[in-house]
Amino acid sequence: MARMKFLCDADRCIECNACVTACKNENEVPWGINRRRVVTINDGKPGERSISMACMHCTDAPCQAVCPVNCFYTTEDGVVLHSKDLCIGCGYCFYACPFGAPQYPKVGNFGSRGKMDKCTFCAGGPEADGSKAEYEKYGANRLAEGKLPLCAEMCSTKSLLAGDGEIIAQIYKERVTKRGYGSGAWGWKTAYRETIAS
Amino acid sequence: MASFARYLRFVVGALAFSFMVALSMPAMAQQPSQVDPAARAVHEQQLLKEFDRIQGRVTIPDKRSDVLEQPAGREWQYFHSVTLRWIGGIAILGMLAVLVAFYLTRGMVRIQTGRSGRTIVRFSGFERFVHWMTAVCFVILGISGLNITFGRPLLLPLIGFDAFSEWSQWAKYAHNYLSFPFTIGVILIFLMWLAGNIPNKVDVEWLKRGGGIVGEGHPPAYRFNAGQKAIYWIVVLGGGAVAITGYQLMFPFYVTNIEGMQLAQAVHAIVSVLFIAVMLAHIYIGTIGMEGAFEAMGEGTVDLNWAKEHHSLWLDEESARTGTGNVRHQPSSTPAE
Repeated sequence: MARMKFLCDADRCIECNACVTACKNENEVPWGINRRRVVTINDGKPGERSISMACMHCTDAPCQAVCPVNCFYTTEDGVVLHSKDLCIGCGYCFYACPFGAPQYPKVGNFGSRGKMDKCTFCAGGPEADGSKAEYEKYGANRLAEGKLPLCAEMCSTKSLLAGDGEIIAQIYKERVTKRGYGSGAWGWKTAYRETIAS
Repeated sequence: MASFARYLRFVVGALAFSFMVALSMPAMAQQPSQVDPAARAVHEQQLLKEFDRIQGRVTIPDKRSDVLEQPAGREWQYFHSVTLRWIGGIAILGMLAVLVAFYLTRGMVRIQTGRSGRTIVRFSGFERFVHWMTAVCFVILGISGLNITFGRPLLLPLIGFDAFSEWSQWAKYAHNYLSFPFTIGVILIFLMWLAGNIPNKVDVEWLKRGGGIVGEGHPPAYRFNAGQKAIYWIVVLGGGAVAITGYQLMFPFYVTNIEGMQLAQAVHAIVSVLFIAVMLAHIYIGTIGMEGAFEAMGEGTVDLNWAKEHHSLWLDEESARTGTGNVRHQPSSTPAE
């Protein structure tokens, strides 16, 4: 089984936000929720970089460890998913997440955040693959159809890579060798406890 | 002729182009050493070393999402899943063990001179109402709070995912809404009992003699002895701390950022488990730990001999203030032992 990962090549991202839009459209994400976002560091200064970030589907996912009701699970592909039926909207996963991935449909006063929503690596949820219930709660299950997440598939500069961790790491390594520079796989050390040597 | 002119123009053009290309070749070859597009690029590990978390700019309204990366989340998760469970487990189980051991060796602290059958008013109806309102809220807040930390390893395997999730949802609502009467209770406790809880010289003597509960005999005390004063200040300061951090958690990100939220949760949780441990001792001494203590908060009156033994100076004050008018004779309801 593959170990699915995301990799954002910061030297290629042009902050077009197509990944954000693709994700919202493909998964019918409600208003106010962004499963994926593009953050620009040192905006307007020399050396600025943009990084597209969503749930990284961490190894030993901290959200999974901290959840008081144990609503997370990791699939065989290493994708971290959760059950909205079990979620109590306590917000702890947001404090534990290194990447700010968990989203809540409500503002959060009086503990009424609603059910947490996050990137599923386009792999749905605990419901039957491709079912209507799954789509309504978690969005598309492209992985079950043999497709990769749409954000990466739509990326205009092929900055965002999604797929088997070893393969995307190899692609990135070759890129770095060919062009002679690379600012590294952002978030990999925190998420997967490894870096791509370049 | 026209075609020859076109041919000539083509040749000259081609020559000129190849000349330009030839000229620019060395410059192109040098380009990588002159312009490195990544030379001034921000680097992840460098940023993390400097700031602990990486923050940038986002174009979406949710400004919290401008934090790209905060590896501290993993540390907070470790605190919640491991450290906090150890602190809470040791504090609460340790206190229970101490109380059980104490009860088995010392037993219930009796009224040494027996009951007099005469009582004196100790707490007014309002005082008791405030106490019990705060106490009931505290017990529910304590159980629903412990559920967040200890429910998953202890209760979830017993009742299953769905039932545990349902219970936790209700526990969360109870926790959030009962915080309001609890906070009001703490504020009222602070105000109504402040006068009697200012530490003084009598407390030093009381503490030296172990409060009479560890050593022998009863040291004198005013309305509240040093042990009760300690409980009072723990309730006021601990209750204040859990209220402030609790409201930060209930209104997330209104006054602080992600780091502040993690800190608020850590303070809230640590103070709470220690608070619970202390309150177990308070409950013990107010019920099975001491004869004649519960009725002070139950009916509001205490036996005269109990008052003489535990709060001699307070009894003197009360007698001087009211004569014997405050002391009621109860011939039948409380038989002397």
